[in-house]
Amino acid sequence: MRRSVVATLFFVALLAAWQAMVISGRWSPVLLPEPASVAAYLWGAAADGSLFEATSVTLRRLFVGYAIGVAIGLPLGLLSSTSYFVEDTVGVLALGLQTLPSVCWIPLALLWFGQSEGAMLFVVIMGTVWSVIIATDAGARTIPPVYARAARTMGSEGFHKWTRVILPASLPFLISGMKQGWAFAWRSLMAAEIYVTILTGFGLGHLLHYGRELHAMDQVLGIMLVIVVIGLLADKALFAPWERFLHRRWGTGVKSG
Amino acid sequence: MQHQAARGKLVVEHVSKWFRTREAAVHALDDVSLRVQAGEFVCIVGPSGCGKSTLLDVMAGLTTPDSGQVLADGQLVVGPGRHRLVMFQEAALFPWLDVLGNVLFGLKLVAELTRRQRLDTARDYLRLVGLERFARANVHQLSGGMKQRAALARALAPDPRVLLMDEPFSALDALTREQLYGDVQRIWAARRQTILLVTHNVREAACLGDRVILMSHHPGRIREEFPVTLSRPRSINSLELASYALEITSALKGYVPEVVE
Repeated sequence: MRRSVVATLFFVALLAAWQAMVISGRWSPVLLPEPASVAAYLWGAAADGSLFEATSVTLRRLFVGYAIGVAIGLPLGLLSSTSYFVEDTVGVLALGLQTLPSVCWIPLALLWFGQSEGAMLFVVIMGTVWSVIIATDAGARTIPPVYARAARTMGSEGFHKWTRVILPASLPFLISGMKQGWAFAWRSLMAAEIYVTILTGFGLGHLLHYGRELHAMDQVLGIMLVIVVIGLLADKALFAPWERFLHRRWGTGVKSG
Repeated sequence: MQHQAARGKLVVEHVSKWFRTREAAVHALDDVSLRVQAGEFVCIVGPSGCGKSTLLDVMAGLTTPDSGQVLADGQLVVGPGRHRLVMFQEAALFPWLDVLGNVLFGLKLVAELTRRQRLDTARDYLRLVGLERFARANVHQLSGGMKQRAALARALAPDPRVLLMDEPFSALDALTREQLYGDVQRIWAARRQTILLVTHNVREAACLGDRVILMSHHPGRIREEFPVTLSRPRSINSLELASYALEITSALKGYVPEVVE
């Protein structure tokens, strides 16, 4: 209870500081609109449905790209943790490409796929897959070998061993890998939506982009706020249940001191 | 639970094993031969590095010997199998499962059981080791001794013919260890399963074993064998046991001068 009061007070203070800056009159309202006008924009965009439309377009792209990225990255990461061949080939490739900011994929994607959904999907997958491979690989390497030995003596091998021992044993690292992948996918998609002008559906990134073109700072700030809130909610909805399970089973996540 | 009296015979024939790295080659086992009767409790003692854990791994089928062979009830051991289950020094319980889930793990790999039978068996064994109230507990909530009890239940539940124990008590405090000696003797007396225990604790070996087998290192060899004829159940603190242990320890010092107990 006390902690939520502290959090609430913090954000109220942040809003108050913003409002005070507007009242001071030092900045033009075109550059710094007051909180109420951002709220008014969001209310209007929500009322005419354009906000929900953009959000659902963006989330659809995000889920599809992320799912493909994880589906490719997870098995490759696990393989790279056990096989020198995969480690020395795909592993090295992943290490290199992971350092490439995903926005750098956009020129290539535009030339290959044009102004299309395909270009957007490609950028999201490229943003996700490498970091998932690396996180999964790093995680699977730290599994105590005694788990696999114990499982072997009880007759677990092959597919059973992978699905019932290796995969659950690396769960803590898979979750953090998938979380990292999610963050990367989200960033890549926003970059893609800002740069890829497309007619098949306006996402949040497009609204942000047009906010700038129209000098509508209330729209820019409003959409940024929505993007932040979606990121937070996704974390809570997708990963928090898994993390709670991990903490309960493994006995981790207790703050000391 | 007493239905396999005559099975669980292990024969180790001329087993040798080298571990080679780029820097060095270690002769872990040198021509080791050993016969263990069904229902016998045999303890293998030796200093660290004498290859006793490697010998256990070879018997479990987790390690392939360079030469020689292991026969379990007349059949050549080529890999691990559920008739020879292992208890490790770390309990090696799976943290993603609760205690009951851990005991069920091996049972689920026994194809001919029904769901009901598996659950009943798992609960029986949890009761046997005194953990029936902790079936739904998470592994991290158990104490060290409870973890090893759960590991014991997990290893016994699929009804193996041989139980291979690799220093399962060495990480526990003295009091907990004493309790577990009692538990293991009680369970062994009731089930008469073949048990092989590897330890560096001479007293522990004398307390639990029908026979204590002495190994020395560089290379790992079997040196001597001591039958322990004390009546059971034995207490780790009894005087007769202490004199047995003393005799074995002095023999051990003969082979491994640097060992000081």
